[in-house]
Amino acid sequence: MAGVSTKEIKNRIRSMESTRQITKAMEMVAASKLRRAQAQILASRPYFQILSSAINDILENNRDFSSPYLKERPVNKVMYIVIAGDRGLAGGYNSNILKMVEAELKGKDAVVLPIGKKAVEFFRSRKIPAFTEAYAEAADVGIGDCFSIAKNLSKAYLAGEFDEIHIAYTNFVSVLSQVPADKKLLPLSPEEARERAEGAPRRSDTIYEPDAEEVFAAIVPEFLGGILYGALCESRASEQAARRTAMDAATSNADEMIADLSLKFNRARQAAITQEITEIVAGS
Amino acid sequence: MSTFPLKIVTPDGLIYDGEAQRIIVRTREGDMAVMARHINCVAPLGMGRATVVDADGNRRYAACIGGMLSVQNGEVSLVPTTFEWAESIDAARAQLSLERAEKVLSNKDASAADIQLAEARLHRALVRKSVASYE
Repeated sequence: MAGVSTKEIKNRIRSMESTRQITKAMEMVAASKLRRAQAQILASRPYFQILSSAINDILENNRDFSSPYLKERPVNKVMYIVIAGDRGLAGGYNSNILKMVEAELKGKDAVVLPIGKKAVEFFRSRKIPAFTEAYAEAADVGIGDCFSIAKNLSKAYLAGEFDEIHIAYTNFVSVLSQVPADKKLLPLSPEEARERAEGAPRRSDTIYEPDAEEVFAAIVPEFLGGILYGALCESRASEQAARRTAMDAATSNADEMIADLSLKFNRARQAAITQEITEIVAGS
Repeated sequence: MSTFPLKIVTPDGLIYDGEAQRIIVRTREGDMAVMARHINCVAPLGMGRATVVDADGNRRYAACIGGMLSVQNGEVSLVPTTFEWAESIDAARAQLSLERAEKVLSNKDASAADIQLAEARLHRALVRKSVASYE
């Protein structure tokens, strides 16, 4: 016990305390950002419900037109939109999503659209081609960006640059649980819609202004932009939640270590005093 | 006058949820009014003024940009990209945005992408300004 000098322990306690201060502050920042992100998810959910139900309605009721967005093509090239964070120190948030995408992409000819600095760096180091790296800051991507991404992607999809579009994001299940998810955006699968339509009465008397095909062509990019924005909101909330949890754990670890070190420090101090007394007594 | 359930949602949240007598929106094909018992219908929206007449007959104006209008079984859903009530439009900001867009458009060296962005911005600013003046 007396082998460790009290000064050394004191230094370690001091450095631990400053680390704890940082993790505590990060936790608090993440908690407040999380609250904002959660409110954003809640506010945007009705939009996606109505938008996707409208798309489903069109899919269910229409057999008489074929849109290039619906047609399944032999898949040569896949497009992955990957949403990760800008910074580390968020537990498994970045690595979970990136690992999942890496496993998905194995052996496939793929192009990615990374959103978030971590995603950009990850794919750059693995030499996976990126559609654009313009969205390196996930925190700065707004709704307008989502729509312009969607517009560009739909254009490239129609031009045949890739045959499938997937989006990989982190689903915000709760404050404690965030699950990486992979969703196919294009081609839209009519099978799904058809199954659901079996039970429901057919409504074939819907007016499309100017006509179904054009409505579809106008709405699909909008729909993709909407989904993209939703995924972005979910991912952002997940990132903050993951960071909050990780920082909470780090803070309590630091507390534990400080308690442990203080105990050691007190023992060492006591041992030094005892030794001093013994020396004085012995020397007298 | 008979009313119908109307929902207006944008990515920022639910803006209107309740009964309405009439709604007029600018679709890609021009203005379109929907009243109660309208047939099922879907139309993509353009940029323009939207008018909502609520159950008590009060008229409210808004700038309504992008998205779609859907009528299913008498329920009307308006799903625009942006929807701002006239009273909440920041006219000064729209004016600034308009001037910025005009500056880009008057620049001969602007790239095609910049011009496209500026045109869209100009259009949005014009819509906002004209709607704001209705209040």
